[in-house]
Amino acid sequence: MTVRNIAQAINDALDLALGKDEAVVVFGEDVGRTGGVFRVTDGLREQYGAERVIDSPVAESGIVGVGFGMAVGGLRPVLELQFMGFSYPAYDQIINHVARIRNRSRHRFSAPLVIRIPYGGGIGAAEHHSESMEAIYTHIPGLKVLVPSTPYDAKGLLLAAIEDPDPVVYLEPIRLYRAVKEDVPDEWYTLPIGAARVEREGDDVTLITWGAMTKETRQAADLLADEDISAEVIDLRSLVPLDLETLVESVGRTGRAVVIHEAPRTSGFGGEVVASVQEECLFSLASPILRVTGWDTVFPLKRSEHHYLPSASRIAAAARRTLES
Amino acid sequence: MLAILTPSGNLVAPSPLEPDVVRRLYRAMVFARTYDRKGTALQKQGRLATYASFEGQEAAQVGSAAALEPEDWMVASYRDAAAMWMQGYPLELLFAGRTGDERGGSPPAHVPVLPPSITVGGHMVHAVGLAWAARLRGERRVAITYFGDGATSEGDFHEAMNFAAVFNTPCVFFCQNNGWAISLPREEQTKSETIAQKAIAYGMPGVQVDGNDLLAVYAATEEALARARANEGPTLIEAVTYRIGPHTTADDPARYRAGTLTDEWRQRDPLERVRLFLSERELWTAEWQEEIEAAAASEIDRAIGLAEEMVPLGPGDVFASMYADLPRHLRLQQAENMAGWG
Repeated sequence: MTVRNIAQAINDALDLALGKDEAVVVFGEDVGRTGGVFRVTDGLREQYGAERVIDSPVAESGIVGVGFGMAVGGLRPVLELQFMGFSYPAYDQIINHVARIRNRSRHRFSAPLVIRIPYGGGIGAAEHHSESMEAIYTHIPGLKVLVPSTPYDAKGLLLAAIEDPDPVVYLEPIRLYRAVKEDVPDEWYTLPIGAARVEREGDDVTLITWGAMTKETRQAADLLADEDISAEVIDLRSLVPLDLETLVESVGRTGRAVVIHEAPRTSGFGGEVVASVQEECLFSLASPILRVTGWDTVFPLKRSEHHYLPSASRIAAAARRTLES
Repeated sequence: MLAILTPSGNLVAPSPLEPDVVRRLYRAMVFARTYDRKGTALQKQGRLATYASFEGQEAAQVGSAAALEPEDWMVASYRDAAAMWMQGYPLELLFAGRTGDERGGSPPAHVPVLPPSITVGGHMVHAVGLAWAARLRGERRVAITYFGDGATSEGDFHEAMNFAAVFNTPCVFFCQNNGWAISLPREEQTKSETIAQKAIAYGMPGVQVDGNDLLAVYAATEEALARARANEGPTLIEAVTYRIGPHTTADDPARYRAGTLTDEWRQRDPLERVRLFLSERELWTAEWQEEIEAAAASEIDRAIGLAEEMVPLGPGDVFASMYADLPRHLRLQQAENMAGWG
């Protein structure tokens, strides 16, 4: 066991994967010499060489397209796209090639690669550096989409993603990289893909979230606890596949739910969660399921971020509303 | 422009191939043309989905693919059936793909050919990754990618060329400049005088070759493959050829180009000059021509039969290849689809 933050836990997972399997390569802009803009790949190039920890020219479509070829050719690439706002040039490669090759070749070819994408706001970054557009990836058939929020989950899910025979989009909440520390086992372990984690048990209302918003959601649960409202907090960890069973069990019991995400509301993944949960447990619901999300606006610049990001008090207020009916 | 065999069948440089090999490749070109004309005919009968003819490009595809080793990766596009067939892609699967069956995209395990790219230009970067994987795994094989003049305007062409040169990956970029991207003439596709010259900007060799000259195409490709195998890096080959037919069966070229231009290019037919070359050496007779055309037609009919007799996919098969192991939500959707609707 070593105390690690999320960035260190991901680094540890990559280190283990590169050490264990010669097919694993790390490929992205600045991942080598500087260890990545967030230092997540720090030290790996020194240890495994420039042929396996590869500094790419600045071209996201090329990174994913070349990574696709590497994966079809027998490697296990772990690709990094520096910020979600820079991932869009690669979207064509992801939707038209990465996510489709298994189906269009009836299993003859596959692209077992991981695309790591740091995402989300709250760090006062420049324009395009704060986006949280997970739903554009969850909408693509053929992908899996993971969002860890703790160091333990980050390592176990990344190793699971690297082992997975299908392409995985692995989203890293930027503002949690160094905000959480915990004991993380030093050895190789994986967590099941498609399993949510009940972070905190409760009886009155279910708060469903993922990634960076777990922090505000936990704080909201604390606020509610002060009012003797017992909130259950569920961290999805995996958006695709979605652990609907855990959600239905919880909401079926509490009868009330709020889905919290940082992304814009319209067509956000929260809509998918609400629709899926109500299909299974409408008659257990005592109140409509509410959403607390970012607004349908462009993500604001540094000085206005707080006007956009869902806060603990907004989340708590929504939870109280579900309890009014 | 590299040329070896003139339209009148004369050598202007030594042939890179023995006459008997040329004879075998002529037979392959006859096969390709027979396949291609059958493809258009079948589409008109409603038996194939949209078909993209490659008539006029037989030498470019057969000549380049003939230079490959059996294990070399090929990443081609929808108009490259002859090249794919040369590299071992089963004929019946080429037809199956065109009938609208995903199993057409699933070649046998020993055939290193990806199903053809349908989007334009996105596949060239894949060859760079395949070549990289081969090198890192210590394999001797290289990768070749086929694309048209239109694809060179796509951003991914730039990214593929740049990555390949920077990383010195063992791959070959084979551009069939056939003059047209649907309705847009080559002159309006790029201001560059040649496509081959674009290679200079990336720091790799660029070769322009008469794409209707089987021998020149073979020689250029063989040299590029040798460079790649010697770890000397990628090469761009521009094979100058012409799309005699429409873009696809859904297109009418009369709307955008003069028939006289196509007639001019028919005078530079890639098959005829090889026929003259062989005839000169007493390696061609009218009887043999009839014989190989009949054999091609028979083999093609057999392949069409196999493709059309494939048991249709069922409602569950739509899901069957989405993931290695179907996640729960897809298993549920699959069951729902298989339950039917009465």
